[in-house]
Amino acid sequence: MKLTLRVWRQKNADDDGAMSTYEVDGISPDMSFLEMLDTLNEELILRGEDPVAFDHDCREGICGACSLVINGDAHGPERTTTCQLHMRSFRDGDRIDIEPWRASAFPVIKDLVVDRSAFDRIIQAGGYITAPTGSAPEAHATAVPKPDADLAFEHAECIGCGACVAACPNGAAMLFTSAKINHLNVLPQGAPERETRVLDMVAQMDEEGFGGCTLAGECATACPKGIPLVSITGMNKEWLRATRKVAKH
Amino acid sequence: MARTVWDSSVGKKTVMAVSGLIMLMYLVAHVIGNLKIFFGPGEFNHYAHWLRTVGEPFMHYEWTLWLIRVVLVVAVVAHAVSAYQLSRRGMKARPSKYVHRKARTSYATRTMRWGGIILGLFIVWHILDLTTGTVHSGGFQEGRPYQNVVDTFSTWYGNVVYLVAMLAVGLHIRHGFWSAAQTLGAGSRTRDRALKTVADILALLLTAGFIAVPVGVMTGVVS
Amino acid sequence: MWEFCGMARTDSGLRKALGRIPQIREEFWRRIKVPGTGEEFNQSLEKANRVVDYLELAELMCLDALHRAESCGGHFREESQTPEGEAARRDEEFAYAAAWEFTGTGEAPVLHREDLVFEYVHPTQRSYA
Repeated sequence: MKLTLRVWRQKNADDDGAMSTYEVDGISPDMSFLEMLDTLNEELILRGEDPVAFDHDCREGICGACSLVINGDAHGPERTTTCQLHMRSFRDGDRIDIEPWRASAFPVIKDLVVDRSAFDRIIQAGGYITAPTGSAPEAHATAVPKPDADLAFEHAECIGCGACVAACPNGAAMLFTSAKINHLNVLPQGAPERETRVLDMVAQMDEEGFGGCTLAGECATACPKGIPLVSITGMNKEWLRATRKVAKH
Repeated sequence: MARTVWDSSVGKKTVMAVSGLIMLMYLVAHVIGNLKIFFGPGEFNHYAHWLRTVGEPFMHYEWTLWLIRVVLVVAVVAHAVSAYQLSRRGMKARPSKYVHRKARTSYATRTMRWGGIILGLFIVWHILDLTTGTVHSGGFQEGRPYQNVVDTFSTWYGNVVYLVAMLAVGLHIRHGFWSAAQTLGAGSRTRDRALKTVADILALLLTAGFIAVPVGVMTGVVS
Repeated sequence: MWEFCGMARTDSGLRKALGRIPQIREEFWRRIKVPGTGEEFNQSLEKANRVVDYLELAELMCLDALHRAESCGGHFREESQTPEGEAARRDEEFAYAAAWEFTGTGEAPVLHREDLVFEYVHPTQRSYA
């Protein structure tokens, strides 16, 4: 396959950045999108040019590192991570636009690499349970209803990639935050800190400069792990409940 | 505590949802009242008079009406301010736009903001037209709403403004009602279809009900 | 590594690998081309650093596999197997975890033995018979 790529190049955080056009040829449809970019980079290095910087790690769809907006879609045209998007989803001769996650809370480091430590800070604000990690307790000592366990697991699937923020017209991080809150708040282990968790994490989310939610639903459409839009509804419910409870004291 | 609710994007959105639902409830009552026009001037004007006497003798003449008006003004202001502030937050969150713009398949966000602004302006015109009579065509008659309404919808611009506004109302409520349910944590996977259906029906009935009046005047059913 | 330090290893294969790795290392340093500088975010430099680390790790793995002349767990030496083809340990000589101390690239590391002592349950020969 022969492709024309328009890639966002940005030297560093202070640089304005602009799209650069490259031609690649000899791309196998079985290649992953990242392998296709590796091919481009090999050529650039051989030509003595600066290769395109982009995030990747496991290349398996589970780490949440890869983060490309492809033709305006976070992670591209399929519901998957960029590393699991293969070139058979494109046609010979296609023109592909490649941009980083765009949000003021995700400053660009270089080219397609953005700083997602805002997500780390949201997790640090409450995305955990405070428990001494000694030896593992007997698993059945804490009974968890199966529907709750299933719901928690569904939300635990969030890999924190940030596609939701990239896809959202308002640059909101509601889906990411709600995934962690739904995950922990529904479990008995998360109960003692249920209220502070949602209030603190939402406050941190706002602090980072993410936008507000208008229920547009682009986030859930882009999410490679299928976190449902109703997750946001769940978080809203938890937040209102926590606000009422805290007000009573 | 109010300080923190308002400061939070979730809290601000809650204010928007609650104020929106208050206005929605008003619209339901308003459309039912409006449809009385089809029963002739006697009934319609009597209803308008009754609105001013609700709660008598405990509530003085027009007190209940003014109470409702104050609540509505507060709701409109709360809704508009929270919408404005949340919009600003959203715009600041994405200072550099994507080079590759996608056509948004959902009309929701596209129509809500502008629809809301159109409705805000319409409300001002509507009050100046049929409550205070400031921009009313022909002679505004205090206490004779039936004739006033016929006057308004006998002008081409009266009909155009009203029809556009009512279509905006329908679209706004269609997304707004469902969205408010999510904001208030009342949505769920099982309830989703029902909520969307209720939103559709509400939007349809309100739009049809409100539009029935100018259509009635235009077709001579109301004259 | 796949060929000489994979699922089944031999004395000759491991020695061959240990001979190849310094050659690969020499070629790496001779032909390396890293665009950009070390003063900025540089993924090419990061990758080059990893290759250097991998070469060290590969060398150590082969060295350790060569010195452990028994079959134990995932480490299978073809020279040390039962008639049935199962792993044959040599506990009297190798009942320890090997911790290697780095002394310099291409230099022989120093072996520190962490002896394994079994008080109540003694290791025996695994048998699927």
